[in-house]
Amino acid sequence: MREILIISGKGGTGKTSLTAAFAHLAKNKVLCDLDVDAPDLHLLLAPEHESEVEFWAGNEARIDQDTCQQCGLCREMCRYGAVIEHDDGHFSVDSLRCEGCKVCVSFCPDEAIEFPEKHCGQWYISSTRFGAMVHARLFPGEENSGRLVALLKQEAKKLAEERHLDLILSDGAPGIGCPVISSLSGTDLAVLVTEPTPSGRHDLERVASLCDHFKVATAVIINKFDLNSEQTASIEGFCREKNYPVVGKLPHDKVITEAMVQRLAVTELAETGLSLEIEKTWQKIMQLVP
Amino acid sequence: MIVTVASGKGGTGKTTVTASLATIWQSKLLTVDLDVEEPNLHLFLHPEIETTSTAEMEIPVLDLSKCSLCGKCAELCQFKAITMMGKFLMTFPDMCHGCGGCLAICPDGALSPGRRELGEIIRGRAGKADFIMGRIRIGEAMTPPLMNIIKDEVAATIRENPMDVLIDAPPGVSCPAVTSVIDSDVIVLVTDSTPFGFHDFVLAWEAFSPFGKPMGVVINRAGLGASEIYRFCADKSLPVLAEIPYDRAIAEAYSKGQVITTVSENLRELFVTLKQQIENLAAGAGQEADHA
Repeated sequence: MREILIISGKGGTGKTSLTAAFAHLAKNKVLCDLDVDAPDLHLLLAPEHESEVEFWAGNEARIDQDTCQQCGLCREMCRYGAVIEHDDGHFSVDSLRCEGCKVCVSFCPDEAIEFPEKHCGQWYISSTRFGAMVHARLFPGEENSGRLVALLKQEAKKLAEERHLDLILSDGAPGIGCPVISSLSGTDLAVLVTEPTPSGRHDLERVASLCDHFKVATAVIINKFDLNSEQTASIEGFCREKNYPVVGKLPHDKVITEAMVQRLAVTELAETGLSLEIEKTWQKIMQLVP
Repeated sequence: MIVTVASGKGGTGKTTVTASLATIWQSKLLTVDLDVEEPNLHLFLHPEIETTSTAEMEIPVLDLSKCSLCGKCAELCQFKAITMMGKFLMTFPDMCHGCGGCLAICPDGALSPGRRELGEIIRGRAGKADFIMGRIRIGEAMTPPLMNIIKDEVAATIRENPMDVLIDAPPGVSCPAVTSVIDSDVIVLVTDSTPFGFHDFVLAWEAFSPFGKPMGVVINRAGLGASEIYRFCADKSLPVLAEIPYDRAIAEAYSKGQVITTVSENLRELFVTLKQQIENLAAGAGQEADHA
């Protein structure tokens, strides 16, 4: 079983469009969208849900006004400024700021604070024209994306074993924080999609350092490489120095947006220079995870 | 006035819009990069750095010689940062959310406050504006604590010396994005009109509209993709404050680290007008704004 994760540090470099193309090209795989915060892969793959499960995680404090004696200890102890004192003297919890730490619940002398679990999102096992897909939707503004990512990874693995598939291909989140760290666990190869811009380069360096930190092997794709040849050369130099194989240099092409509008992978459209390069890139990726 | 530039999808142009607004802002301004995972604003504003400091948060340090293994701390901790393993108590400082509950509940005085490094806070000046950014330590999973420290610094700065604040937010719609917009006066959502851009824009609208703050939209790479975005904005009475045309010259300027107001006088004018629109929105006149 191999796990390949497509990430980028910077958003908007082309992760999801490329993941969809690789999903088209790859065989015997489970697809997984680990960008649970703002998932987009389903827009291209049109998954049909086979199963839908609620994702419950974490808790939230809620003050029972009938029991509360308005002593204010909860407000004093809350490190997140989530307990609000109102003009009439009553207290309430701002759910957006509540961290779910249970400190107020434990210390309330009147046992006036409830601590219900939170329904943070939904997750799905689906079928697509490219095979099985595991994905989710975190409700807007919710936390616990790291836990949901870990859960999806586990489910994708289970599904791959059940169906005798030997590859998990995942689309990741931007950034280098909680959900990305969670998505790296157990990954055989992180494919980093960058672009020849100062921010693309900067964010590549940080996400590559993150992979090094967690000892995950990396490969790099320079997308829209023809936008700035100087930056591209500089990124290639950086990758040589760090021993990150550059597995693809893909041209800037509006056909990516056309494919998106038609809800297709770019490799499903008529052959272009870009689609040929994507095929070569995928072959190189597969050589790195034999 | 605190203005936050946010988006659901990454790469729609948040930093482009923030940097461009910063260069045409006439009144006193503090620019803030709250995308602490991948801060980019400095790559375009080229601030002169004045101070760099380390940001930390409190975590528990265990003195086993004082611990009676009562397990109260492990029972309270919701984040698996303290766990009883048979006859041992173990702390996992990376998992700690800094709630302070374990320190308060320990009857033995066996836990004392220690520190975990979150990252750096960098301050300086970019042109006429003050500049502050955070950069999370590689491997640190939690970004809101660092973001909150920066927000506290911003609040202290403007208390002492009132000025406008312009925040470049991280992408997404979960806790880091919410942390950036929650205390602002105006939210500017940057999107492109591609299917991905539109889909994530709707998520951002769902996440941020419950705050009841004035919100307006900047459509980047206008003309690329579909028109459903305009229908959505009209339906929700969301004013379209500006449209940045799709233009390879803009992408190339960006790739060279240039602020796009330098590309043409028209683009400069676009951001001057955008700033005016944002002020109108803040003043409650936003309902009049229209993309026509």
